[in-house]
Amino acid sequence: MADLPPELARHKEEIEKIAKTYGLDFYTTIFEIVDYDLMNQLAAYGGFPTRYPHWSFGMDYERLAKSYQYGLSKIYEMVINNDPVIAYLLKGNSEMDQKLVMAHVYGHADFFKNNYYFSSSNRKSVDMMANHGVKVSRFVEKLGPERVETFIDIAQSIDNLIDPQGNFTRVKDELAEGHDTDPSRLPLAKLKSKDYMDKYINPPEFLEAQRQKLFDDLKKKQRIPENPQQDVLEFLIEYAPLENWEREILTLIRREAYYFLPQAQTKIMNEGWASYWHSTIMTKHKLTDAEVIDYACSHAGTVATSPGRFNPYKIGIELFRDIEDRWNKGKFGLEYDNCNNLADKRAWNKNFGLGRQKIFDVRRVYNDVTFIDEFLTPEFCAEHKLFIFAMNPKSHEYEIASREFKKIKQQLLFQLTNRGHPRIFVVDGNFQNRGELLLAHRYEGSEIKLATAKDTLTNVHKCWRRPVHLQTLIQDQPRLLSFDGAEYAEKSIGHEDLAFVKQN
Amino acid sequence: MYLKIQTDHARFRQIIKGKIKQDLRKYISNGEMIGIKGKEYISIPVPTINLPHFEFGKNDQQGVGTGDGQEGDAIGKEGEGKGGAGNSEGTHIKEVDLSMAEMAEIMSEELGLPHIKPKGDKNIKGDKNVYNSVHKIGPRSLLHFKRTYKEALKRNIAMGSYEKEDPIIIPQQRDFRYRSFKRKSIENNSAVIIFMMDVSGSMGDEQKSIVRTESFWIDTWLRSQYKGLETRYIVHDAVANEVDRETFFSTRESGGTIISAAYQKALDLIDRYYPPESWNIYLFHFSDGDNWSSDDTVKCFELLEQRLLPKVNLFCYGQVESLYGSGQFYRDLSERFKAENPATERVVASRIPSKEAIYDSIKDFLKKGV
Repeated sequence: MADLPPELARHKEEIEKIAKTYGLDFYTTIFEIVDYDLMNQLAAYGGFPTRYPHWSFGMDYERLAKSYQYGLSKIYEMVINNDPVIAYLLKGNSEMDQKLVMAHVYGHADFFKNNYYFSSSNRKSVDMMANHGVKVSRFVEKLGPERVETFIDIAQSIDNLIDPQGNFTRVKDELAEGHDTDPSRLPLAKLKSKDYMDKYINPPEFLEAQRQKLFDDLKKKQRIPENPQQDVLEFLIEYAPLENWEREILTLIRREAYYFLPQAQTKIMNEGWASYWHSTIMTKHKLTDAEVIDYACSHAGTVATSPGRFNPYKIGIELFRDIEDRWNKGKFGLEYDNCNNLADKRAWNKNFGLGRQKIFDVRRVYNDVTFIDEFLTPEFCAEHKLFIFAMNPKSHEYEIASREFKKIKQQLLFQLTNRGHPRIFVVDGNFQNRGELLLAHRYEGSEIKLATAKDTLTNVHKCWRRPVHLQTLIQDQPRLLSFDGAEYAEKSIGHEDLAFVKQN
Repeated sequence: MYLKIQTDHARFRQIIKGKIKQDLRKYISNGEMIGIKGKEYISIPVPTINLPHFEFGKNDQQGVGTGDGQEGDAIGKEGEGKGGAGNSEGTHIKEVDLSMAEMAEIMSEELGLPHIKPKGDKNIKGDKNVYNSVHKIGPRSLLHFKRTYKEALKRNIAMGSYEKEDPIIIPQQRDFRYRSFKRKSIENNSAVIIFMMDVSGSMGDEQKSIVRTESFWIDTWLRSQYKGLETRYIVHDAVANEVDRETFFSTRESGGTIISAAYQKALDLIDRYYPPESWNIYLFHFSDGDNWSSDDTVKCFELLEQRLLPKVNLFCYGQVESLYGSGQFYRDLSERFKAENPATERVVASRIPSKEAIYDSIKDFLKKGV
C-alpha cells in the first residue's frame, strides 16, 4: 500500500475541508489505495486486514473474485468504523470516481461517529479483529484446525441470536440470587414447644439444616433467566458447560456480532446519508465540467432501482432529501397534517429553512426502523413508486401485490425489525427441572423455516449438551421442537404453555 | 500487504470438493451468477455453504420494490432472485464449468492409477535436485542477491536507520539468503492404456459424446500425470479395429455389437507389444451394454478371466445408458465378478447415466490408493 498520489491527496484535503464546513464531524480518515484483488480479499474479511481463520471468508472471496473476473460487479469503496476511520479506494478508478468515493466516505465517517446506535461501538475494531485472529490461531495450533473450525461453524450458525438493543443494555443484570440472600431470615415451620424444651424439640442444628435446604430449594425454583432473554449467545456463554476455548470463541463471535449490529440496523440511513453528502459535495464543489456526464453515470448506478429490488442508497438519499424539503417548507405538524386541500398541501411553503438542521438531528438519533416509521409518507411512497411484491404460488412468479401505503410501511418495518431475523429468546435454562434449555420464538405473523431450525437447534445442543427445545407456531398451532442429542422430535403444546402470547 | 485469504479459500475449496468436513456437505448449495460474455449469457457457478440459522420460512417470500406496474403484474420468476427480474427470455445460458487447470488439479488430488507398479526397463528411480527454495544458510556462490537486499532493506526500515537521501544498505549476516534445492524423487512406471469404445448403431450421439468426454478426460489427465505413458485406441461394432487418437474421438460407425471382438483385439495388442512383466496395463471399455448374443458375453468373460485379467492391472468397464441398449452386459459382468471371485479386484464397472455422472465414474475407475 502506498501513500495517496499527490492529486488524490489534494482532493482528500479539499473534500475534508468542505465536509467540515457543512458541519460533518468525523475521526481522522485514512484512505488506502488497493488493487482489485486486495479489495476483494479485504471485502471478504469485512474490510479488516485480519480476521480469525475460517473458510467462510474464503467463500465470500471466491464469490467476489468471480464476480469481478466476469465483470459483474466491482467494489468501489469500502470503509470501516474505526478510529481512525479506514477507507479503501480501488486502484485504477477514474479521478472523478475517487473523488465521489471520498465524499461518500466522509458521509459514512460522520455517521459512524455521531449516530446514537454506534455510540457504544468499539472504535479500535481493527485491533479487536486482529486480536480475535490471534486468539483463534492459538487455539488452532493447540487443538488442530478441525475442532476449532467446527466449533466456529456452530457459533456462526447462532450468531444472530443477539439482542438488537444489547449494545445499550449490556451492563449485565445482576443475577437474582434469591429474594433474600440470608438463609437465617427464612421463615421455618417450628414444632410447638415450651421455651425450655425448644432446643430439644427443635434442635438448632436441625433448624439450620432445614433452613439451608429450604434456601437451596428456593434457589432451584427460580428461573434462569429471570425474564426471557434475547441475547441467547450471552446466556450460553454464561451457563453452557463449554470448554474454556469454546467459551472464548463464542465470546468473540458475539462481540463481533455486536460490533456489526449497528451497521445492519442503519443500512438505509447510513447509505442514504453518505449518498446525500457525495451528491452535495460533488455537484456543488468538486465536479469539473468535463466530469459531469461520468459523475451522472456513476451516481445513477449507485441509486439505480429495479422492480424487484429495494435499494437502500436510493430510498435513503431520497428520504433525507424529502425530510430536508419538508422542514425547509414547514410541511409538518398539526396544521399541515390537518390540511385537506391537496393543492394547498403541494404548494405549502412557510420558509422555515429548518431542513439541514433537521437531517443532522435525524442522523443522530434514528435507526432504520424509527427512520422509516417516522418519515415514510404516503406521498413519498407514491412518488417513488414503492410497492409490495409477493410470490404467486400458481405462476411461481413474483408479482406486485399492493401499493397501499400502510402495507408497504408494515412490510418494510417487518423486514427491518431485528434485521429481518425471527426473534428467539431463552426462556428457561432449567426446563422441566431437568437442566434442559427452552427457547421461544416470538411469533409475529411469520413462521420460521423448519428445515434450518432443526439444524440450528442441533447446533444449540452442541453448546448446551442437554436437550434443547424451541417453542414456535406452525400454521397457528403452538409446537415444541426438541432435540435431545440423538433424536429430533416435534409435538403440539397448549397456547397456555407459550412464553409469548401470540400476536398478529 | 499480505492477507491470509488464500488459506481460508483453500479450506473452502476442500470442503466444496468434499475432501474435508463431510458434515457440511448438506449445506452446500450450487448458486450461480449470470454473466455476459460476448453475446452469450453464461452461468458462473458459485457454490456456497449456508450454515443453518433460525430464519423465516415461506411467508418470507415477499418484499418491497420500486417501479412501475399494476397490482398483479409479474416482476420476476421464482429462483431468478429478486434482483434478476427482467432478464430477456430465451437467451442461451452456457455453463462455465471448471477450467482445465482447476479440473486437472482436482483430479490429481483425488485420483491416481490404481495398482501401478514399477515395471520395465524404463523404470529408472532417481533423485533430482530442484532449485526452488530459499534458505538462510548456503554457499556464497548461491547467494540470492535480490532477496538478501530485500531483507536488509526491511531490517533497515524497521530499525529506522534507512535514509531516503542516503540509501546505503549494508547487509548483515542474518540478511543473507541463498538459493536452495529440494530433492525430488522421480519414478518411471511404464504403462499402457487401451481404450475400447462401442460405436455400434445402438449408441446414440449422446452416448458417444459421454463416452468421448469421459475417455478424453481420462486420457488427458493420465498423460499429464504419468510420463512414458502409451495409449492405444480400439473401436468396435461387430468387428474391432485399432485406430489413432484422432479417429477414436471423432469416428462414427454403425452395426451390431460383438464385444468379444474388442477384447480379442486388445489381447492381440498386449501379446504383441506389451508383455506384462514390463508394462502396467489398463483397459477401459465403454459401451451401452447391448451385446449381440449371450453366447458372446460368455466368450467375453472367458477371454477376460483366462487371458486378459492375469495380464492387466485393471479392467474398467463404463456403461452409458441408451434408449435401445438393454444394459445387460453390466448386469452380467457384476454377476460374474462378485466379491468371491478372486479376479474381481481387477475389475471396476461403472454406470454413466448422464453427463453429470462422468466425474463420479472417473472417480470410480481411478480411485487412489487401491
